[in-house]
Amino acid sequence: MTKTRLLIIFIIFIALNIFISLLNLWQSIWWLILFVDFVLVVAFAEQVATIIPLKYQKLYQRALAISFPIFVLITWELIVNAGILNPRWFPPPTKIAAALWDLTINYDRFNKTSLFGRPWLAPSVLQSDGWPAVWSLFTESHVLTTLWRVFFGFIIGAIPGILLGIIMGLNKTIRMMLDATMSAVYVLPKIAIFPIMMLIFPNPFGEGPKIAVVAISAFFLVAISTMAGVRDIDPVFLQVAKNFGANRRQTFWHVIVPGALPIIFSGLRLALGTALIVIVAIEFIRAQIGVGYVVFYHWQILATDKMYAGLFVVMVLGILLTFILQAIERWLMPWRK
Amino acid sequence: MIKIKAQNISKIYDSANGKITALDDFSLEVEDGEFVCLVGPSGCGKSTFLRILAGLEPATSGSINIARSPNSTKPVNNVVFQEYAIFPWKTVINNVAFGLEMRGIGKKQRQEIAMSWLEKVALSKFANYYPSQLSGGMKQRVSIARALANDPEVLLMDEPLGALDAQTRTVLQAELLRIWEKDRKTVVYITHSIEEAILLGDRVIIMTAQPGRLKETFEIDLARPREIELTATAEFAKLSGIIWQALKDEVKQAYDAQMMDKVD
Ligand SMILES: Nc1ncnc2c1ncn2[C@@H]1O[C@H](COP(=O)(O)OP(=O)(O)O)[C@@H](O)[C@H]1O
Ligand SMILES: [Mg+2]
Repeated sequence: MTKTRLLIIFIIFIALNIFISLLNLWQSIWWLILFVDFVLVVAFAEQVATIIPLKYQKLYQRALAISFPIFVLITWELIVNAGILNPRWFPPPTKIAAALWDLTINYDRFNKTSLFGRPWLAPSVLQSDGWPAVWSLFTESHVLTTLWRVFFGFIIGAIPGILLGIIMGLNKTIRMMLDATMSAVYVLPKIAIFPIMMLIFPNPFGEGPKIAVVAISAFFLVAISTMAGVRDIDPVFLQVAKNFGANRRQTFWHVIVPGALPIIFSGLRLALGTALIVIVAIEFIRAQIGVGYVVFYHWQILATDKMYAGLFVVMVLGILLTFILQAIERWLMPWRK
Repeated sequence: MIKIKAQNISKIYDSANGKITALDDFSLEVEDGEFVCLVGPSGCGKSTFLRILAGLEPATSGSINIARSPNSTKPVNNVVFQEYAIFPWKTVINNVAFGLEMRGIGKKQRQEIAMSWLEKVALSKFANYYPSQLSGGMKQRVSIARALANDPEVLLMDEPLGALDAQTRTVLQAELLRIWEKDRKTVVYITHSIEEAILLGDRVIIMTAQPGRLKETFEIDLARPREIELTATAEFAKLSGIIWQALKDEVKQAYDAQMMDKVD
């Protein structure tokens, strides 16, 4: 039964695509055909799911998740090569990959930068010029510079944010005084304070203003969610603590902190995403180094393959950072499944 | 010897829509080693009274006195809360050891004590589980074990079995009887089930609908040790009939008051 259906869907798929190719309709309605193809693939995959044994279901779902982006990349490659999309604005994935490789191995003499910092040179540089030269290999890296800005800004924003959030959660007077102001600042797009930061710091083009904006955006997000987390703790847990003789310090560590932790972490996750957005935007407008700079610079000189390579790196950084935060989360909150 | 002496307790809550008298001149004396059950319609102030007894909330007027045994270092009271109120972020054994940890008892010793209580409530296999992995009945056992492991002078229990299904509840009633009859701690036990009150208690106290006052007291002279089978006897049925007569009007009044609230 299912097998016949699979066969029918498969035949429709092949017939449709051959038919369209014969009539030379790809050029004009390629988006419509891609949509129909996609629906057919979904229908096919759904039928397959019904005949896959239960113990392979998880594997199958994972395979679906992985194969989708691969399909997208292949389709992209094909329609660009067929001349349907302009390769100038949508360079095919293979060309983007080549550009990524190019950016990785080559050193930009003019800007004195490279994408990852050429770590493979470290051993020979160490022998000839010593540790400072190895260090300068790191500082020439776009990726490491961006990561450093995000990491440093995130830490110096999030830690005070957690502290203030806890204080606001516990003390009603401070909460009443600060809450409205905090919420107002919270909705301000943080990138808008970048000019102020450039005025405040002695070197407007240095690292100071960039990291400060990241820190400030993390600070407000984390402070507000931490406060919500503390307020969200079921009061009965505080009664339990009191009834079982916990003092203030014990109540803090055994009830307040673990009780607020899940919501604190959802704030941290938001703050990390925001930090990446903010830093890339700042690197667009005011930086000589960083992945945001890579993207924007190659857009300016119309090297779109390298621009996409830069975007790809930003995406991978986002995934990597989220992954690290999730690992910390699982480690700190083993009770959450 | 009188263990708990609560005199003329009143409690008035100031809420957004006016004052609510939760308790009105309620007095209670409990003998050392006595198991007293408080029964009353919901909203009559039972939980409020228990929180006042536990020192978690001040009374508007009246006085509470809990006598300590001479030279005792035991905590005065511990509560088994109406909702399980065990910490989701602590493992079962760390939940049970919570009171001991707060009192500064060393890790090894408190784990041993907690483990022995987990054995008594048949949960030793689950010592390292988190509450989210347990059923309702198991959570409530953890909550009871946590209070017992702390070995307080008096044990205060607020509808501990109220949220459980009938079968689990019967099993836990039997377990409670067995555990309590071993060391006969002073207990104030809140329930809305007359049968549970008769089965467990030495004395059953009926409260009026809101505001909570003392309505009637019944001595339960059934022999101990008691078994769950007691509930099937004619004597038991007769007692529960008599007590229901006293409670019936209060339940109806509370129900009507609730309906009036809905109509408003
Ligand atoms: N914190 C509070 N603030 C205002 N009213 C309360 C509060 N706690 C309880 N009440 C009111 O006091 C009455 C008694 O409540 P409670 O002691 O929980 O009753 P019971 O446990 O017998 O069901 C109820 O009418 C309830 O609404
Ligand atoms: Mg109650």
